[in-house]
Amino acid sequence: MKAHLLDADTTFDPGRDPVAAVAETLADDLGLDAVVHAMAAGDSFLLEVATATLPVGLVDPGRISYRQEVLADCLAHRLVVNELYEVAVAAIEDRKRVWSLLTGNPDSRLRYAIAILQVLLPRLRRLRAIADAEYRRFTAPGWRTLFEMISTELDDDYLRAAEDHLAILRFRSGLLLSAAVDPGLKGGNFRVHPVSPPPRGWRYALRHLWKRPGSLAIVIDPKDHRGYEALTELRHRGINDVANVVAQSADHILNFFANLRFEIAFYLGCCNLYDRLADSGLPVCVPTALASHDDVWHAHGLYDPGLAVRSRGQVVGNDLVSDHTRLLIITGANRGGKSTFLRALGLAQIMMQAGMFVAADEFSARIRPGVSTHYKREEDVTLRAGKLVEELSRMSDLVERLSSGYLLLMNESFSSTNEAEGAEIGYGLVRALLERGVCVAYVTHSFELADRFGQLGQRDVLFLRAGRSDDGQRTFKLFPAAPTQTGYGEDLYRQIFGRDPHLPTARDRAAPDLDPGPPPPNAATRVPTGRAPFGSAGAP
Amino acid sequence: VAFPDPAVLSPDATQPECFPDLALDQLVDTLIQGREQYQLAGFFYVPLRAVDEVLYRQEVFRDLDASPLATKMSAFAQRMQTLRDRLGLAARVRHSRQNQAWMLGAAEAYLDAVSRLFSDLKQLRPQSRGLTGMHDYLGSYIQSEEFRKLVADTEAVSGVLSAIRYTLRIQRNSIQVGRHGAEPDYGAEIGTFFARFGQDDVGDYRLSFFELPEINPLEEKILERVALLWPEAFAALEQFSTAHQSFVDPVISSFDRDIQFYLAFLELTDQLRATGLPFCYPEVSVTSKDVRANDTFDITLATREVASRRRVVCNSFALDGSERIVVVTGPNQGGKTTFARTFGQLHHLARLGCPVPGTSARLFLADKVFTHFERGENLTDQRGKLEDDLVRIQQILAGATANSVVIMNEIFTSTTFRDALVLSRAVMEDLFRLDCLAVLVTFQHQLSNYDARTVSMAAGVDPDDPTVRTFRVERRPADDRVHAVVLAELYGLTYGQVLERLDR
Repeated sequence: MKAHLLDADTTFDPGRDPVAAVAETLADDLGLDAVVHAMAAGDSFLLEVATATLPVGLVDPGRISYRQEVLADCLAHRLVVNELYEVAVAAIEDRKRVWSLLTGNPDSRLRYAIAILQVLLPRLRRLRAIADAEYRRFTAPGWRTLFEMISTELDDDYLRAAEDHLAILRFRSGLLLSAAVDPGLKGGNFRVHPVSPPPRGWRYALRHLWKRPGSLAIVIDPKDHRGYEALTELRHRGINDVANVVAQSADHILNFFANLRFEIAFYLGCCNLYDRLADSGLPVCVPTALASHDDVWHAHGLYDPGLAVRSRGQVVGNDLVSDHTRLLIITGANRGGKSTFLRALGLAQIMMQAGMFVAADEFSARIRPGVSTHYKREEDVTLRAGKLVEELSRMSDLVERLSSGYLLLMNESFSSTNEAEGAEIGYGLVRALLERGVCVAYVTHSFELADRFGQLGQRDVLFLRAGRSDDGQRTFKLFPAAPTQTGYGEDLYRQIFGRDPHLPTARDRAAPDLDPGPPPPNAATRVPTGRAPFGSAGAP
Repeated sequence: VAFPDPAVLSPDATQPECFPDLALDQLVDTLIQGREQYQLAGFFYVPLRAVDEVLYRQEVFRDLDASPLATKMSAFAQRMQTLRDRLGLAARVRHSRQNQAWMLGAAEAYLDAVSRLFSDLKQLRPQSRGLTGMHDYLGSYIQSEEFRKLVADTEAVSGVLSAIRYTLRIQRNSIQVGRHGAEPDYGAEIGTFFARFGQDDVGDYRLSFFELPEINPLEEKILERVALLWPEAFAALEQFSTAHQSFVDPVISSFDRDIQFYLAFLELTDQLRATGLPFCYPEVSVTSKDVRANDTFDITLATREVASRRRVVCNSFALDGSERIVVVTGPNQGGKTTFARTFGQLHHLARLGCPVPGTSARLFLADKVFTHFERGENLTDQRGKLEDDLVRIQQILAGATANSVVIMNEIFTSTTFRDALVLSRAVMEDLFRLDCLAVLVTFQHQLSNYDARTVSMAAGVDPDDPTVRTFRVERRPADDRVHAVVLAELYGLTYGQVLERLDR
């Protein structure tokens, strides 16, 4: 039995997750940590589940909407879902309370398994009761299938028969085995046969058996210790398989509860994050996942949920509307919101493909085989491999995984060498990636690099710039604009040092000033985008 | 039956002197691991002398190579092992009925092994003289009166014994033994009942019992009652063991050992081939010294590298016409020694009739492979070391013939450059006089273009990054030029490379 709340026909196996290494870099580069911690809300198990599930994206729109519907029911019927979760948790806790002197022999193994089943049966009954009562209120196919399965598989007859079996398995009226002779003429291939309770006590049964034709008796002398040991071993050999089956059944039922707990935990995590964002007055939306091969983006008010959680709601939303953007070059002021935008884009893609809501007013994008990141690493690498070598080797590993449709987020890649060389490497690499269908969002300070893509003049390349207002304040908003030759490090310098780094140069004055200015708080100002594919919006 | 000259395969053959230098000792250790009981080392020590002998073995290898026959042969070996185990038990157990039963079990294993071997050979139609010969032998063996009687008797007794199923009714200290009737299997019922909770992997909670071959007194009592319930079956068993005391055919038993030589080697080649490393059957000659091999590699090194998931570099070489000596130069740790070892290994493996590393090869069937590799010991006594070098080299040159292969690795490192050059040239002259094939690894570039009989091969560095060694040894003049760094290319990240990698 499986819960099938995460997927209709497969079971999520956290131990078999093939993208663990990827998940780690994603967590660092995209700030997935903040998101999963918000989902956990302090619960270590929820944290574990969110960390394991989020990076494993679904690639089938049906599977994505399957989860979206289960999640909608969870948000609508929180109490019921919580109660189911509690039952599953309690069942797992129960097991720890079953006390037994477990010596590993089949006798004690069997008794231990019976004891566990004895405490699990009431939990199964409780699940049945909830399923019977709540079935009608849930609409998601995931929930309805689960409730239906519980109601039919765990009907009264079945639960009663289970009790009966547990009684028979205690072998109160003796054990009847059968055996074949093994190659050394010892007993082998043992089977257990049911012994119906004797009508008039066991003495009657014994007399009855004595009378069976061809039966011969062995009686072990009470002083014969060796004989008793041999008899005990014979019993163990006889019930070995049955004890194994019962012990495995107990495991299977516990696994079912564990699976139920795991899958509900994912949705409880979603509910927690939903609450955190809602408390800050931030919107979320159910995204539309497109099974398209075009690099479609329809995002309005897209923000970084990780930053939202960390900054208690102080975020700026951005818009990105385009039907054919394969390369996104993001330039502009330091700390102007470039990295935040990159994270928002990556997290939206990941959350959408995890079947979650997305941190935006509206979000629609194509389903991708995966999201990867290549960020400049700040920390020192070993002396032998220089920084550039380290970057190249990481990129080389990535190329092994990339395929058409992937989203690759690059943040200041190849900035560890001089600008000309970095641009040379980055340009060739990215051009090849684009030609092979990989979608790239590249944050770069390199005018050289950005300009070379500008010269290309292709319609699937979009340039965004992190802006600043006239007074040098950053707005954290991005707008479409060709790259300029200067960064905005001076702004930071000015802010920190409280003075100009140098007198303004002609080039500074010539910097295009397309910034719409800081948005009034809590007022959504949508700048008419005209024919430009990209607009900007304030935080709602 | 399986070999032209079984006399050369004595288990006390000693390891050739070149083995440690060529790392063939390690190779043999790997090959015979898990097959100790067959005492196979001798097969790898004793070379074949005639081209036909080599072809005979190559034929058997080709039959088994990449064919279901190899798997069938392993299964045959397994069955023969079972046979030996059971004969061992029959000899060990004290209880006479148990002894009879193990003899029966041994006969079952033997019949199974022989008849399956015959039908496998018949079905898979080997082409080699060795295996078709075995097939013919088995064909007449299984038709023999003796074998047919063994089959009939074994089947009859096994049939009655395996039909026995008795019951044990256990209550407190009493056990009743009876004939089994139609009691249903409760274990199966329980399994079905709980099946709806899943079949996925959970622990196996079965206790594995310590199986003593000897029957204990309680089991003995049970057995005697079972024998009373089925008297004819146990009488038949007793008769069987009197009638068939020994039944293993000596030809089949020696085939069982011989075939392990092939299986051991193919197991390794399969493992290496799985990682993309090629093997081929070399063309061998006792007359032509035009030797060549394409994409070959050090088999011992490859075994180790593959185990630790590292890439193995392949190299090629070719000697034509009057060319006799390969002079290998290049940076330290650049693959020179590996290349020299490969050359020696190839020639030894070829004369065992084994497949060799490479996509294609043509090798000389040498009478002996001589090696002189620098030894690490006693570096302080330079004079003693030089003397030792010279003594050993003199012995090699005295023992070598025109049909030998000589490998010398970094000789005369303990003397001055000029000295070494003079001595090396003298050695080369001797080698040319012998007209044998040789590989000379040296740091002296001057030796690489000695004359037309010399082939210069150089271990390479990456042309784009001289700090990176390619471990490729190629035929070209010795050089040590330094190239500019193009790191991106090194990591496969140029425009063209990325396009190609994403197309894979």
